[in-house]
Amino acid sequence: MACLIIAESAIFTIFVIAYLFYIGKSLTGPTPRQVLETPIFFTICLLSSSLTIHYAGKFLQRGERRAFLSLWSLTILLGALFLFGTGREWHRLIYERSLTISTNLFGTTYYSLVGLHALHVTAGVIMLSIVAIFSFSGRVGIEHSRRVEVLSLYWHFVDAVWVVVFTVVYLLGR
Amino acid sequence: MSSDAITIPGVGLQENPWVDTLHQWITTVDHKRLGILYIVYALVFLLLGGVEAAIIRIQLMHSHNDFVSPQVFNRMFTMHGTTMIFFVAMPILFGFANYLVPLMIGARDMAFPRLNAFSFWLSAFGGLLLYFSFLGGSGLYGAGNAPDVGWWAYAPLTARAFSQGHSSDYWTLALLVSGFGSIGTSINIVATILCLRCPGMKLNRMPLLAWLNLVMSGMVLIVITPLSAAQLMLLVDRYLGGHFFDAQAGGSAVLWMHFFWIFGHPEVYVLIIPCFAFMSEIIPVFSRKPIFGYPVMVAATVCIGFVSMSVWAHHMFTVGMNSYANSFFAITSMLVGIPTGIKIFNWIGTMWGGRIRFTTAMLFSVAFLFQFLISGLTGIMLASAPFDWQLSLSYFVVAHFHYVIVGGILFAIFAAFYYWYPKMTGRMLSERLGKWHFWLFVIGFHMTFDVMHVPGLLGMPRRIYTYEPGRGWDTLNLIVSIGAFIQAIAILVFLWNLVSSYFTGTKAGNDPWDAWTLEWSTSSPPPPYNFRTVPVVESRRPLWDLKHPEDPDSQYE
Repeated sequence: MACLIIAESAIFTIFVIAYLFYIGKSLTGPTPRQVLETPIFFTICLLSSSLTIHYAGKFLQRGERRAFLSLWSLTILLGALFLFGTGREWHRLIYERSLTISTNLFGTTYYSLVGLHALHVTAGVIMLSIVAIFSFSGRVGIEHSRRVEVLSLYWHFVDAVWVVVFTVVYLLGR
Repeated sequence: MSSDAITIPGVGLQENPWVDTLHQWITTVDHKRLGILYIVYALVFLLLGGVEAAIIRIQLMHSHNDFVSPQVFNRMFTMHGTTMIFFVAMPILFGFANYLVPLMIGARDMAFPRLNAFSFWLSAFGGLLLYFSFLGGSGLYGAGNAPDVGWWAYAPLTARAFSQGHSSDYWTLALLVSGFGSIGTSINIVATILCLRCPGMKLNRMPLLAWLNLVMSGMVLIVITPLSAAQLMLLVDRYLGGHFFDAQAGGSAVLWMHFFWIFGHPEVYVLIIPCFAFMSEIIPVFSRKPIFGYPVMVAATVCIGFVSMSVWAHHMFTVGMNSYANSFFAITSMLVGIPTGIKIFNWIGTMWGGRIRFTTAMLFSVAFLFQFLISGLTGIMLASAPFDWQLSLSYFVVAHFHYVIVGGILFAIFAAFYYWYPKMTGRMLSERLGKWHFWLFVIGFHMTFDVMHVPGLLGMPRRIYTYEPGRGWDTLNLIVSIGAFIQAIAILVFLWNLVSSYFTGTKAGNDPWDAWTLEWSTSSPPPPYNFRTVPVVESRRPLWDLKHPEDPDSQYE
């Protein structure tokens, strides 16, 4: 998983470089300053899900399955909330501000970078849900804790990427 | 191997043996079988890429030739380059890594056998996707079939307006898919080497082949992914109307160049490092001496890995970067020469004073050393920016990188074939045919690629489908083409050798070369579980210790 994370980091690095390179290079509007709103609430959701998944893993190690399951479900919920936030923002941008991926360079880089991240969150939520389904049927025990740790490593990675994306898109990019 | 098991009477296996065998091969997760699948698959593409090269050389044999149209010529060099890099060199080296790494570190399989099979089939279907473009590339427009944008696919050639139909999409998707396959295999190799070494196999006792493949896999993780990312952007551009590389909307064509070469240059090292690994195993065995300067070899490899990440823009001197960037990339490019020089020095140091046995494998290794040195020297010439301004995009560059890829990588791969074929099949390759193969190939190689430098110096640009008479290029190109056909004959001799030796070669036994690494301690071909008992290692040359209990290496480490 560490290797996969290295590889994924390289992919994100390239997209972030493209975003940074194209900041302010759009020939037509709308510009980020006009349309972007900082999604603070959903960012808090995603970042706090790192905490919940961490403690979920700790509970699993000690064999407290109920506590594990509730924190794990909370993580999924927070991840899904974040995805909902991204979706709402995109809906607003597309229908109210008429910014699509082909409008200008900002649109192209914004949607592909944020979209790539959202894709990873989606994949993460799906994988987390599979674990949740297994643990509802009582098949996740203390012996799986190392595998669950691997998945949680991935989730931390996705969160860390969001910190970078957030900085680049919502702080530097405006 | 399994023939003993199949002879049990009354078992359904015998009723339809070939279907059964086929099924076993397709569903296999055994690292040895996957390794062989990788290699066979790459050999098929070697033939395809070779045919494309032959078409290119026939077309350029004399001036104003009209053997193929300019459009077909563009497709041929695009497909030739893409095929040879992504679907010959990469899979063949992954195949050897797959086969050898677990055997050499005393493991029973790779860390993730199913991921291994998945990665292989991704690469395989990537190749099919690329070649399907010959059929499906014209799409609805009836325009173009195979990709014709060059293997760099510089923007804006790949933009919708200039590349209609689906040929560029097939190119993009094929590279994306096989790139994911490469990443999967690399993760697997890294995990295998770090987690599955047998007892006593400390990192500093690991065979150099394992070390070098570890470095190579680490590099693949960092360098293939930028290509994948760039391909994703290209897809966004082509299908969703994005503007990443669309200069009319403020996008930058140079950005594609950067992204491509961030992948493209380290890729050369991804390909050459496993070849260094072959050399580091083959040369000591046939010189009857342990490798000279083991820790320095490891350090030099890691060093090459690092430095090669920061040299990519030497492919772009002619783009018009500022002089600071030019100087930086010129200096880093030259820096790579230092660790590489150390390696060549160490191989020669290994041969020095040894009792050298000139088998075919050793002949190819010696030729590798010589040719790789020359290609390194022309590389240093091209690394200096002013010289590059003069010769970039000329046949001098083509000669240079073919010297690396054919004279270096391909020769090392041939050496590896002659060395490990007995382990993989249980039979020796014919030395007589091997010598024919070697000498024909060496003669053909030097005829083609030594001479090819000259039209480059005379100003012949690459990727032209024909040229005017009277520029002094005709005779040279004729010689180059004749050399290419001698190489083609040599390749056919080689393939014939592979096939005929499989049926009639002399039996190899466990250890035909009197070698020292663990793969030679098990039977040839190895059983599915590799080792009956997990070996325990006490030095860098475990088999030497076994054969010479009175004077084991472990005393000196």
